[in-house]
Amino acid sequence: MAFPDRIERVVEIASAPPTVWAALTTAEGLGGWFGDRATIDLRPGGSAQVTWDDGPTADLRVERVEEPTVFGFTWHIYGLPEGDTRRTYVEFTLEPLDAGTRLHVVESGFAQLSDDDHLKAFDGNTRGWDSELGDLVAYLGAA
Amino acid sequence: MPSDVEAVAEQVFTALADPTRRSILAALASGGPATATDLAGRLPITRQAIAKHLALLTDTGLVTAEPGERRRVRYRLRSAPMQVAQQFLAALARNWDGPLDALKDHLEGRSG
Repeated sequence: MAFPDRIERVVEIASAPPTVWAALTTAEGLGGWFGDRATIDLRPGGSAQVTWDDGPTADLRVERVEEPTVFGFTWHIYGLPEGDTRRTYVEFTLEPLDAGTRLHVVESGFAQLSDDDHLKAFDGNTRGWDSELGDLVAYLGAA
Repeated sequence: MPSDVEAVAEQVFTALADPTRRSILAALASGGPATATDLAGRLPITRQAIAKHLALLTDTGLVTAEPGERRRVRYRLRSAPMQVAQQFLAALARNWDGPLDALKDHLEGRSG
């Protein structure tokens, strides 16, 4: 399928799983390699924020915490408008090696909605600003 | 109108590959719904060429035609196909290679 729903990467790291786990799941760790600063409430449903000094902040929702094997979160799809509720799911899986860790990263959900669902979800928005501006005009007119 | 995401994305990218259609879509995005005459006043393109491209964009579902003032047809950008294409671009724009290299450097640099 040409439309990519998943991104998968595998990387081998010369550090034991607990060290890699800490880099993925603590504020200090995430701020050390992923962004410049981070906060995290490490429990399913908890939120995390990763901030880049030169740019945006990513809001993450922690979904899976199985120390030191599986860490999963969802986040906003890069490039989609702020109000878009679609999120991709990122899952890190840590596999112990003799001399380190094999880290699997899978991000899925880029093509999560069928076209029908999608068009249904967004047809309601096609009036967009015009109807919102119309509502505003009506509201101000009535006031 | 195409019915699967693959085809929708293709329509959007095909439309955007053409500079005239790209400028028409850009004008509708920045200025809101407009008639072919409005667009001809704003773009360095003949009204005939604009009408031809608008018909094509309407057929592929990227814009919709609606009644405007003084019985003129107004064209409005449809955001749904654009969002499908954007989803496609999002996967291409996601960079995991850089962060994973940084993670490796971060850990292996520290552990020697």
